[in-house]
Amino acid sequence: MNNFSYNKVTEVAEAVADLTGHTNARFIAGGTNLLDLMKENVAKPDHLTDINKLALAGIEATEDGGLSLGALATNADTAWNELVEQKYPLLSQAILAGASPQLRNMATNGGNLFQRTRCYYFYDTATACNKREPGSGCSAINGINRIHAILGTSEHCIATHPSDMCVALAALNAKVNVTGPYGDRVIEFRDFHRLPGDTPHLDNNVQDGELVTSIDLPPSNFTQHFHYLKVRERQSYAFALVSVAAALELDGNVIKDIRLALGGVAHKPWRDRSCEEAFIGQEATEANFRALAEKILADAKGYGSNTFKIDLAKRAIVRAFSEALKNN
Amino acid sequence: MKQETSTLEIDDPFSNTLPAYTLVNLRINGQTHKLRLQPWVSLLDAIREYIGLTGTKKGCDHGQCGACTVLVDGKRINSCLTLAIMKDGAEITTIEGLADGEANHPLQDAFIEHDAFQCGYCTPGQICSAVGMFNEGRAHTLEDVKELMSGNICRCGAYTNINAAIMEVKAKLENE
Ligand SMILES: Cc1cc2nc3c(=O)[nH]c(=O)nc-3n(C[C@H](O)[C@H](O)[C@H](O)COP(=O)(O)OP(=O)(O)OC[C@H]3O[C@@H](n4cnc5c(N)ncnc54)[C@H](O)[C@@H]3O)c2cc1C
Ligand code: SF4
Ligand code: FES
Ligand code: FES
Repeated sequence: MNNFSYNKVTEVAEAVADLTGHTNARFIAGGTNLLDLMKENVAKPDHLTDINKLALAGIEATEDGGLSLGALATNADTAWNELVEQKYPLLSQAILAGASPQLRNMATNGGNLFQRTRCYYFYDTATACNKREPGSGCSAINGINRIHAILGTSEHCIATHPSDMCVALAALNAKVNVTGPYGDRVIEFRDFHRLPGDTPHLDNNVQDGELVTSIDLPPSNFTQHFHYLKVRERQSYAFALVSVAAALELDGNVIKDIRLALGGVAHKPWRDRSCEEAFIGQEATEANFRALAEKILADAKGYGSNTFKIDLAKRAIVRAFSEALKNN
Repeated sequence: MKQETSTLEIDDPFSNTLPAYTLVNLRINGQTHKLRLQPWVSLLDAIREYIGLTGTKKGCDHGQCGACTVLVDGKRINSCLTLAIMKDGAEITTIEGLADGEANHPLQDAFIEHDAFQCGYCTPGQICSAVGMFNEGRAHTLEDVKELMSGNICRCGAYTNINAAIMEVKAKLENE
């Protein structure tokens, strides 16, 4: 780990000013991703702005019937919050499927959005990686790519976004509130993370110096038929090979609304509203879930060791919706 | 960023170079330790190398094994993935702080009784983690315990006995 200076801030404006006052500073929240990457010399900040004292740890009902999740609320406090469990159980399930209890006690909602890929080459400074070192090449495309993406890839990077929480946030149409040197703005969740294209060093559309203050969830009716399915190498404490956030709103057995977001398959949580819309008004049957799975994975492409993910994702989608139907 | 980390004057911590140390108050097992630390010292290293409490173990140093689990304000965390400077003023409990004088914590006795270890390297983390899990109050069944203890890897595979020890103490606490 390189040396750095450190400052603990107490006001939001102070946080932004402290960060922008250094050439290569980072905010530190839980530290569970940043310190890990610093120990590997993948991240080398010259200054850390500790934001843990900012008053952004609340979880509150909003006027429109939704919920606001503070950027500094921990993943554990969020998953086990009464309102989250009641109104957004899909989110609770997804968070609890991630990491370990100790890590969830440290990890914050804001930090979770920014966690970086677990691509082994990205972590290994002895190898070429366009995300870590733009222009150096991608070791994964012709290398070992068991955990890599099958959708939305580019010739420059096939990394996945590793978060579970973000897959549920994508399904639930969350919005991210950001403040920074350019003022406040709201980012729709689908626009938060990005595809690699020819700039894979950029994971998301947040600008340098911007601070996430909270995540808003709109009112949701997905409290009855939902399921977060995570398929991984072991039963717990492992990242997803493929994960599925499935949610249904039913009228009898007819689909009134449907949400499907996939994790472990792309550089961002994968959603395709047009695929979902094609099934609104249809029966909630296994045949339809299978058709939906075929549709959302129609453009999937394997790279050798990850090609199995295409079939795995299809089956996981059908299973997740079948489980969602069982809930009541 | 190159600079000498050991030669900066004590009375000049705000010179243009990075600070060689910062004064940090770590409250561990009820005792305050005033330490001069560089900002990059992890809480785990501060506990083991600076304070000399070596019960807390370093397994992976990357959040992947749970050997470094301690309680901060009653919550279990991985001390390898946090900086000591970030925990200034917090109440930290390590394995050394669980016993009540000469009397073991019930989990310590149960681990001995159930032979819940072989090499013992993961044990302090397992016990601190189980205390944290009890504080959370979310583990009701053996299945819950297995899932909520999954952040603690046992290289020797003593899981069956670890779970038995935890389940026994859980039952005792619930009957109190
Ligand atoms: C062993 C291990 C297993 C894991 N398994 C899983 C898993 O299965 N599923 C999963 O989803 N996650 C998993 N994680 C990742 C974990 O969820 C993330 O590390 C965590 O959510 C990051 O949050 P943090 O608060 O610790 O972020 P930090 O490490 O503090 O910060 C991460 C990044 O976000 C930036 N940042 C933090 N807060 C803000 C903010 N408010 N505004 C702007 N920028 C900010 C920081 O500058 C930094 O660049 C695992 C982690 C480990 C170590
Ligand atoms: S997949 Fe992306 S992160 Fe992994 S080596 Fe290639 S460029 Fe780097
Ligand atoms: S040493 Fe901290 S989790 Fe392994
Ligand atoms: S007893 Fe050896 S690692 Fe658990």
